[in-house]
Amino acid sequence: MTIDWGWFPDHQDDLVTLTLDHLSTAVPAVLLGLLIALPLAVIAHRVRPLRGLLLGISNVLFTIPSIAIFVLLLPVTGLTRTTAVTGLTIYTLVVLLRNTVEGLDSVPAKVREASTAMGARPLRTLLTVELPLAFPVIMAGVRVATVMAISLVSVASYIGYGGLGQLFTDGFQRNYPTPVVAGVVLSLLLALVADAVLVTVQWLCTPWLRRRA
Amino acid sequence: MISFKDVSKHYPNGTTAVDHLSLELPEGGITVLVGSSGCGKTTTLRMVNRMVEPSSGTVSVDGRDVLEADAAELRRGIGYVIQQAGLFPHRTILDNIATVPLLLGWGRRKARARAAELLELVGLPADSGKRYPHQLSGGQQQRVGVARALAADPPVLLMDEPFGAVDPVVRTQLQNELLRLQGELRKTVVFVTHDIDEAVRLGDRIAVFRTGGHLVQCAPPAELLAAPADDFVAGFLGAERGLKLLSLSTLADVPQQPVPADGERWRLVTSGRGEPLGWRDTEGPDGDRAPLLPVRPLRDGDSLLAALDESLASPAGLVARVDADGVLTGVTGRDRIHEHAGRRRAEASRADGGRAEAGRAEAGRADAGRTETGRADAGRTDAGQADAGRTDAGQANTGHTKAGRADVPGNAPGSAPEADDVPDVTA
Repeated sequence: MTIDWGWFPDHQDDLVTLTLDHLSTAVPAVLLGLLIALPLAVIAHRVRPLRGLLLGISNVLFTIPSIAIFVLLLPVTGLTRTTAVTGLTIYTLVVLLRNTVEGLDSVPAKVREASTAMGARPLRTLLTVELPLAFPVIMAGVRVATVMAISLVSVASYIGYGGLGQLFTDGFQRNYPTPVVAGVVLSLLLALVADAVLVTVQWLCTPWLRRRA
Repeated sequence: MISFKDVSKHYPNGTTAVDHLSLELPEGGITVLVGSSGCGKTTTLRMVNRMVEPSSGTVSVDGRDVLEADAAELRRGIGYVIQQAGLFPHRTILDNIATVPLLLGWGRRKARARAAELLELVGLPADSGKRYPHQLSGGQQQRVGVARALAADPPVLLMDEPFGAVDPVVRTQLQNELLRLQGELRKTVVFVTHDIDEAVRLGDRIAVFRTGGHLVQCAPPAELLAAPADDFVAGFLGAERGLKLLSLSTLADVPQQPVPADGERWRLVTSGRGEPLGWRDTEGPDGDRAPLLPVRPLRDGDSLLAALDESLASPAGLVARVDADGVLTGVTGRDRIHEHAGRRRAEASRADGGRAEAGRAEAGRADAGRTETGRADAGRTDAGQADAGRTDAGQANTGHTKAGRADVPGNAPGSAPEADDVPDVTA
């Protein structure tokens, strides 16, 4: 397999466009997943009987093959970015939901109780005590979900929103390895950079975990 | 003031945590709830700020039924300290302390300023305010817990085994600090512990609970130790309750004797300033070069129990007495301390019996307002008297039990000694 180095300068603009395209499918998917998972996790955490049900549903959704999800969504949302984002969102849900529930579980009962006993109402306790303390566990989920979403975007090239995945289709069809390698390396780099960004965000948001006495 | 009127708490699984509790906690005093685990003392405490709601009966704070108040607002007006502090690990010490002021809408600047004041009040260095809870020792965390509870200056302070998780030395320090703070602040404190020594040390009154959520006796420590209401209370106080009683009296009125003159066997060696350094056995093999044996000088404010202990520890059988500056003022012999301790103990028992009698006599008029327990008791006594087949010994026994019991109603709500106490405190 030979790499055609001359291909790169010619396709610089394409690569930038595809990378941004890749991100604009993956990032909304994770954010949307978080937006759905957070309230569901709070419900699953508070209402024990619903916990198994919600986690079970998200598990079942996770087992649907990725191509199949896009096929199932096509009649509803058509050949749009919405289809790509929705499909990925469904996959991020299982990780985000599970981690958020675990994060909320990990908040010491004494601390939650102290907040209530100081006179904080449930919503305030959730926002100022439970979620900040669950944050590291939730972030672990966000990191996994992000990396997963970035790698799964390529599958959406089937419906034309594959970002860097388009390079694979292109390379395979023409039996020309250079774009395939470029696509693989770039999505790998994208995943690494995204993860590094998330680690930094987490570090910035959790000053109490930094200075271990 | 906090009052429980015929309060019970049953759980769905059928357990009864608190059973028909009636209790009045006077304003500005420390009431300690003691009892073994599962006796309902923590449940009782938590009903004050509605962390637990009673199944029946009324809990009121300052005459207001807690169930009528908004739970969150009620809690902001009641300080709460829990075991291992329960601090927020993600907030700095200053922000932990500022929790309630922030909830009350004081604004961040004012809340932080108040938190800084409290940091000083509980004896923590100002720079600890920027730290996080895990960077502090257990004892320091507990101080922060107390500061957090006091931040909005609530009139009532609930403390649930606050010093249970720290080592004995730190615990003693924290207890002293609490007494010092209480001297300044005069909060109405409800303190839960299973440690009877802690209860005796801190409590203005001690309420003893028995498994199943029954209040057995509520009395000032001296009264409780001198005249436990029944075998359960006596057992809970332990075999050394006589000694504990001595921990409540000071050495102040025990006379001093002159320090042994040179030429006697034991010489009390002092520093240039007159502080006792140790005992020297001048008749030992080393004579004047003999090593010093330890001395623990006592001040007038120290307890008779400490004096008794030191009299046993001292090789000379003498307790060194010092003034507030630690300068030797005299000694007291073992015999004199024993004699005094014995007398004090006897007095306590007698004085208590007398008080109970007087209480009963005065309460006679207020009998109409007696609690149901009181009435039930009377009914039982009548039945006992009607029992024709009773021997003299049996009657004496009943009398004894009654005298013992007099303590319980004597301190139950609405009865005489209680009524006497209240204006005294508020005045």
